[in-house]
Amino acid sequence: MLDIGPEELDAIEIGAAILGTGGGGNPYIGKLRCLEELKKGRRIRVMSLDDLADDARVVSLGGIGAPVVGIEKFEQGEECLRALKALEQELDCTVDALISVEIGGANAMEPMLTAAQADLPVVDGDGMGRAFPEMQMCTWSIYGHPMAPAAMVDDKNNVLIIRHTASEIWVERLARAAVVAMGAAAGLASAPMSGAFVKSAAIPGTVSQALSLGRAVLQSQREHRDPIEAVLAHEDGRFLMTGKIVDLERHLKGGFAVGQVHLEGFGHSLGDSGLIDLQNEFLIFRRNGVVEITVPDLIVVLEADTGLPLTTEVLRYGQRVAVLALPSHDLLRTPEALGVVGPAAFGYDELTFDPMPRSR
Amino acid sequence: MPRIGVDVGGTNTDAVLMQGARILASTKSSTTEDVMSGVVASIERVLADSGIACADVDAIMIGTTHFTNAVVERRHLASTAAVRLCLPAAQCLPPMVDWPDDIRTAVGAHGWMAHGGYEFDGREISALDERELERIGDEIREKGIESVAISSVFSPVSDAMEREARDILATRVPGGRFTLSSAIGRLGLLERESAAIMNAALQPLSERIVKAFDAALSKIGLGCPRYFTQNDGTLMDADFVRAYPVLTFASGPTNSMRGASFLTGEADAIVVDVGGTSTDVGALVKGFPRAASHAVDVGGVRTNFRMPDVYSIALGGGTIIRDAADVGSIGPRSVGYRIREEALVFGGDTLTCTDVVVGLGLAEIGDAQVMHSFDRGTLVALKHKIDEMIAAAADRMRVSPDAIPVLAVGGGSILVPDRVGDLQVKRPEHFSVANAVGAAIGQISGEVDRIFSLASMSRGEALDEARREATEKCVAAGALPDSIELIDQEDVPLAYLPGDATRIRLKVVGDLQEHSGEGHA
Repeated sequence: MLDIGPEELDAIEIGAAILGTGGGGNPYIGKLRCLEELKKGRRIRVMSLDDLADDARVVSLGGIGAPVVGIEKFEQGEECLRALKALEQELDCTVDALISVEIGGANAMEPMLTAAQADLPVVDGDGMGRAFPEMQMCTWSIYGHPMAPAAMVDDKNNVLIIRHTASEIWVERLARAAVVAMGAAAGLASAPMSGAFVKSAAIPGTVSQALSLGRAVLQSQREHRDPIEAVLAHEDGRFLMTGKIVDLERHLKGGFAVGQVHLEGFGHSLGDSGLIDLQNEFLIFRRNGVVEITVPDLIVVLEADTGLPLTTEVLRYGQRVAVLALPSHDLLRTPEALGVVGPAAFGYDELTFDPMPRSR
Repeated sequence: MPRIGVDVGGTNTDAVLMQGARILASTKSSTTEDVMSGVVASIERVLADSGIACADVDAIMIGTTHFTNAVVERRHLASTAAVRLCLPAAQCLPPMVDWPDDIRTAVGAHGWMAHGGYEFDGREISALDERELERIGDEIREKGIESVAISSVFSPVSDAMEREARDILATRVPGGRFTLSSAIGRLGLLERESAAIMNAALQPLSERIVKAFDAALSKIGLGCPRYFTQNDGTLMDADFVRAYPVLTFASGPTNSMRGASFLTGEADAIVVDVGGTSTDVGALVKGFPRAASHAVDVGGVRTNFRMPDVYSIALGGGTIIRDAADVGSIGPRSVGYRIREEALVFGGDTLTCTDVVVGLGLAEIGDAQVMHSFDRGTLVALKHKIDEMIAAAADRMRVSPDAIPVLAVGGGSILVPDRVGDLQVKRPEHFSVANAVGAAIGQISGEVDRIFSLASMSRGEALDEARREATEKCVAAGALPDSIELIDQEDVPLAYLPGDATRIRLKVVGDLQEHSGEGHA
């Protein structure tokens, strides 16, 4: 069992944003909330997936809303805890552990602070291994565990139970409609899973991954070493290019921020041009017009000097960035998964996912 | 219409007297311990040198680091009450939650959360509770607090509740000074609220400073209107600076950039301001500094109000080179203001960047003879490294592929080569007092940053509405209506929100409305 303290939270904040691949919301507010829980004497404990009993009840939870609302209307504070309690009451059961639905971005923090409030452990893993725009894109749904019954609670303590849905996408549709009425911020806990299922379907070790990624960046900053190299040395990643943003298009399509980032290479990448497609997250990377990386592999954009991750909404003309790719977990590379999170699921019917190789 | 510009920095106090576009007199002297005696001496000098009579001076513009220093040093900060309208939302993180302990203590750490606040679409989170606010007002008064910062969730969408809460609290806190977060910051509750609290804590100091400047000016015999420069390069009158002292933060680099633009006639450029210890690099867009889009740290507190986007590197005229044979040993330490004793060309025994430039015959300062003991190849290699450092910083701030010029200003600008990367360098006359020139040419601005719904209007209509609002604010702040122009506009669509919500940020500026001569209180 790993105890998370302030130093770990600083690192997870950076690591979770890296795994957010441009989306997932900013983990800063969530980090502050975790620190508040620690100040109250509560503990954030992370347990390894291996230590989970097969018959344990595990609930996946997180915040749902819009990133801009997250920085303006913070939560009352117990939304996810109340959703968890509502679920326990609805199903007349007790939950043994929590897990993040999405390690990339703000939802890395939400289960940790809820676990501190509920005095439960957080499982070291998550349902995406990165960030995705919609809930049904998690491995729980992909591998056959329905999210309903799910409970949703807002800042005013409105409690909504979604008892049954016709398919997984309906949870996303209904929750998305409800959250708008709730002021675009709510906590959502989905149907308890067995420990055995979580062990088979969770992307393993992603809390520790975020922690060590963030530590690598912080340590390289302290030692005035190149943070990009530190990330690559630490992760099984690939350097794609260093480039300067020379054009940037962003517009709205069906509630999502959609656009393209044009890069002109510098340093080792002098002479190359890069193009990244984004839909809340970075999806496709092309070098000189040729596709090199596609979703679900992770495309990470870091500020070239500091190694700090950049989200799609803070990108700006003239920024100097480093683009890296991290391989997605095998659970995201199966035919079942690619049907939900592969290029075609984002409208790229012409592209087939060509998994980037792993070196270790 | 003669104008005087004064820039009070941590090290130097600079002043210029300008008539139209001409600089009639300028002076640079060390900032005095009491600040005001140096200001008086500088103004008297430019008046004497130019031969202009006090009565003929049309306006005086002052840029000062007083308020930034107060925050950084945690001095002169008033005990402040922070009241946030949010309940039941947002209570998980109370006001000042991410402040360093010493500054939270310096302002007293008094926070309250009350009902109120808005959703993203303007609905109320909950209604304002008059009783609750009256009770909070009583507690504030009982604690003897007179500075109050009021924030509300989504106040950039509507500031009505913040204003209403102020009116209620004012009945219970007689003589209270109020800062509304909607008047200062953008979306991002913690950062906007922190800026408002800092502002409230600085208000008493700002009243004293304005009074001290008034006393200094009347001692000289100057009865003209006086203005303070804000960090976007525009002006505020004395009432405004009393109400919003935080808006002076970082006005020094801003004034330098604006002055460089004016002196060279370039509106779009990279400005490289080289001092003794560091180099500030910024980007000019339409004659104004580009604003930072990220949270900016002030004295350890994250804020998000408008600040110029400045990138600083540890390279200046006094930067120490530890080993002449190692180009990696340049900086970060500097001999700073002791350059005239410690640099080699001034008879000292420390190798500095200034020595390298003098040794290569690129500037004539001090005694170049002492540099003859260095191998020319060594100096060329060092200079090459200095050029590279400047080029990398300039490239970082470059905003377009166009071949815009680099403007070199500041006392250490001899370090800047004639070309930075592929960009041509311009060196204006009076480069060492560019900051005071920047103060003297100040204009008036108006700004809008809020969410618009494109469900009921087109993007063009929303931009027009934002522009109309900004123009109204600009005129209210004292601008000549006919002179107002748009200088900055950005719209960002917001993911996951219905009704095609879009965040529009827009700024206009105009020339200062001429005053009719009577003193401006």
